Amino acid sequence: MSDLVNVTIDGVQISVPKGTPIIEAAKQAGVLVPHYCYHPSLPSPAVCRMCLVEVEKAPKLVPACVTTVADGNVIHVNNDKSKRARESVLEFLLINHPLDCPICDQAGECELQDYTFQEGRAGTRYGDYAKRYNPVEDFGPDVLYVANRCILCTRCVRFMDNVAGDAVLNVSERGDRAFIGIDPDHKLDHPWAGNVVDLCPVGSLISKDFLHKARAWDLDKTASVCTGCTQGCNTMIDTRDDVVVRLRPRPNLDVNRHFICDEGRSDYRWMNRGDRIEAPLVREGGKLTPTDWTQALDRLGAAVKAARRVVILASGRASTESLGFVRRMVDGASVTAAIKVPLGAEAPLAGVPNLALRKERVPNLAGASLAGYGTDWSAALAAAKGADLVVVLDADLDDADVAALSGAAAVAVIGTVDDDRLAGSALILPATNMAEENGTYVNRDHRVQRYFQAKPAPGMARPAWWIAAEATHAARGLAAPATAADAFAALGAMIPALAGLTYSDLGHTGRVVTPNAAGAAR
Amino acid sequence: MGYPHPPHPKETVVLSKYFGDAEARTFDGWVKRGGYEALKKALGMTPDAIIEELKASGLRGRGGAGFPTGLKWSFMPKNDGKPHYLVCNADESEPGTFKDREIMRWTPHQLIEGCAIGAYAIGAETCYIYIRGEFTEPWKVMTAAVAEAYAKGALGGNVFGSGKRIDIVLHRGAGAYICGEETAMMNSIEGKRGNPRIKPPFPAQAGLFGMPTTINNVETLSSTSHILTRGAAWYKGLCLSNPKSTGTKLFSVCGHVMRPGNYELTMGFPMKDLIHDLAGGMRPGRRLKAVIPGGSSVPIMTAAEAEAALCDYEGIVEKGSMLGSAGFIVMDDSTDMVYEIWRLAKFYAHESCAQCTQCREGTAWTTKILERILRGQGKKEDLDLLLDLSDQMTGRTICVLSDSCAAPIVSGIKKFPEEFEAYLSRAKAPALAAV
Repeated sequence: MSDLVNVTIDGVQISVPKGTPIIEAAKQAGVLVPHYCYHPSLPSPAVCRMCLVEVEKAPKLVPACVTTVADGNVIHVNNDKSKRARESVLEFLLINHPLDCPICDQAGECELQDYTFQEGRAGTRYGDYAKRYNPVEDFGPDVLYVANRCILCTRCVRFMDNVAGDAVLNVSERGDRAFIGIDPDHKLDHPWAGNVVDLCPVGSLISKDFLHKARAWDLDKTASVCTGCTQGCNTMIDTRDDVVVRLRPRPNLDVNRHFICDEGRSDYRWMNRGDRIEAPLVREGGKLTPTDWTQALDRLGAAVKAARRVVILASGRASTESLGFVRRMVDGASVTAAIKVPLGAEAPLAGVPNLALRKERVPNLAGASLAGYGTDWSAALAAAKGADLVVVLDADLDDADVAALSGAAAVAVIGTVDDDRLAGSALILPATNMAEENGTYVNRDHRVQRYFQAKPAPGMARPAWWIAAEATHAARGLAAPATAADAFAALGAMIPALAGLTYSDLGHTGRVVTPNAAGAAR
Repeated sequence: MGYPHPPHPKETVVLSKYFGDAEARTFDGWVKRGGYEALKKALGMTPDAIIEELKASGLRGRGGAGFPTGLKWSFMPKNDGKPHYLVCNADESEPGTFKDREIMRWTPHQLIEGCAIGAYAIGAETCYIYIRGEFTEPWKVMTAAVAEAYAKGALGGNVFGSGKRIDIVLHRGAGAYICGEETAMMNSIEGKRGNPRIKPPFPAQAGLFGMPTTINNVETLSSTSHILTRGAAWYKGLCLSNPKSTGTKLFSVCGHVMRPGNYELTMGFPMKDLIHDLAGGMRPGRRLKAVIPGGSSVPIMTAAEAEAALCDYEGIVEKGSMLGSAGFIVMDDSTDMVYEIWRLAKFYAHESCAQCTQCREGTAWTTKILERILRGQGKKEDLDLLLDLSDQMTGRTICVLSDSCAAPIVSGIKKFPEEFEAYLSRAKAPALAAV
């Protein structure tokens, strides 16, 4: 194995591929080298000098981010010499830092704060000198630059320059007067510009949308998948007191590296909507009446059993589980199933291959297709006329869509948002939205990815797959899964490409499946 | 020296022979003085033979680092199919140094010839001469000389009928000290902010525009023509002390001497004679106090150290400093060392490119501490703090600007502690107004 080299990092011996930077080799040895300017998705300038480590026999400390391992290296990340160098960098970084952590959004998730607490000096030797002062600058649609907090790591500059390909930021001035400057004729309005907020290791670049909304330590974080388009960027849903306050990218080197687009980032308010259906409603004496799940599911089962011609109008945001079980519910009938696919402009991120905000603005187009749903919405609407039953699965209906429903004998709604226009339906059943359930989406590359429940569902709302499976049980006696994991495992029977797969196979970064495959994935 | 004074008998005049001779600025005038013979000779040699000749001469970089020139040229890859570049560092911005300015001002063709020889030897067709922005007269002289060299066939697509292409591009800096650092210079030529690059990759692997590049100082390149015409053995023989330091070198002497200027000396010349004899010694009634020999970026020497030192790479290291660019800043006993060190630190704080944390914040912080001492508001722990900060600013950064700021501070505190004490104990009146 000539392409592997053996190194010792803080006493841990490991073999890593030749050419690995020390900082990445150290991660594999379980040692985090503190750093600021280094970022695995950006070129390394080695300017913060925080990651200086001692390599035995080297004349001086070396930056771990740009120095590659050599066979036989003995590296010390946490010996006195390396720690002393880091302590000194922290001291230098802090002399002009305002230490306004109490009013800084980054506090609690700030790398300057973390490392200072970890190994910085308790007091300052800077004395009574004035600190550098620059006013806050408005960089663009969602980004503020608080220059005083900046440690000039230049991650933002490099992101815009090397990844976004829109070099609007730079380092202006020299010496301790330096700050991040913006092209006076431009705004930081690239469709992916919001990533600079995540990349900023301190509270210098902050999101206007998130400004003073929550303290980092009050947030609950849930792994999720962006619902903005078919790319399927991995995200983290941050909730405070069960309200979604922020979406951030979650690293997945195969899908979105460390980034999400601004449209995806801002697409979370619908998760918090308050105008929700909270109890099952069934038509009693011409009037929709709240009831319990037992009766509601019996009614749905009966309606499905009686129907010969069925149309499903579904949302592309529905989980693969829900789409699969709703489709199975109407097996035996003549079925037209479609999802609505809104279109928008494509916005690629130049520096990352195969990463873009995609035209098709739904997350589960491929999953719907695997589950037997088409995208010909108007054909589905036409089929609704004269259908015995139209099942509306949380679809976002416009007035024309609603008008088309009037031609159907009966409408059963499995939905999230209360919609007066659907008051003529036979059944309205409360479903969870994606932030309130566990589920999977299949992205454009047929990567099946899990998302997790980030907040509780309102009232009696249940996942749509549960509703459909229970109704199927009521109608045809088929066993209903109890959990999302069971539901996913059972999907293999309906979608051959998913056969044999379980949630634990998917992990946190998903798994690519082969459409039309008879067996298991890959 | 040649200009403004006639050469001193103890000088060995090679590079500066025609300083002050306006006719030498012209192509014909230069040819009349034996110019361009070396280039013609070089074009008849193989590049390897030129490099061997330079190795044998013992010529070392005159910009400050003193790296053997022939060896540096030999690092350039051969037959790699890539364009090579030669960059001539004429961004002479080291405080106290003004030798390259005079070379360009009086003998532009000497430099052009050296550049052409260098470009041919390393397989480059293009040479960039990066001229310091403040050098208005050298810029004009060089511009005219390059145009004339093209017109006379010394540059261009067919240099002296050899079929070789050698182009020279004059690139004018905008006045940043850091652009004299070779990798920052490459960024600057490429149109980027003049920030030093991380090494490796070294310029010989990936330099200007990502291509193999060699960077040489004006004086280094100018010396090559003389080595080729007069032979490596002659050059190697120009040595008064350590055989590792050969040839002649221009020493810029400024400060408290009666006759400041450039002195061209054989390597190993006693510093005592340079200061007290050639440069005319101190003003009447004044004694030598300190010398910074290598531009401002090297440790300060006391009078005793300076007077015992020999002017070559090894001789000055032996006495606790470095030859650097050989810009001698001479200070007599009227000098306030604390004030001078503060002034230097302020320079580095102003010129730091702001990349590395230690340099960006450290240069400014040390300046503030020194300023406070000069205001009579210093604290006794300030000296330890300065030494500690200087320690953290040394050997930690991409380039050596931060080290250069620390060097005079550390040596100043160690060699002139009583001057700092005088401010700290309030025995001396503040040199700066309190704020």
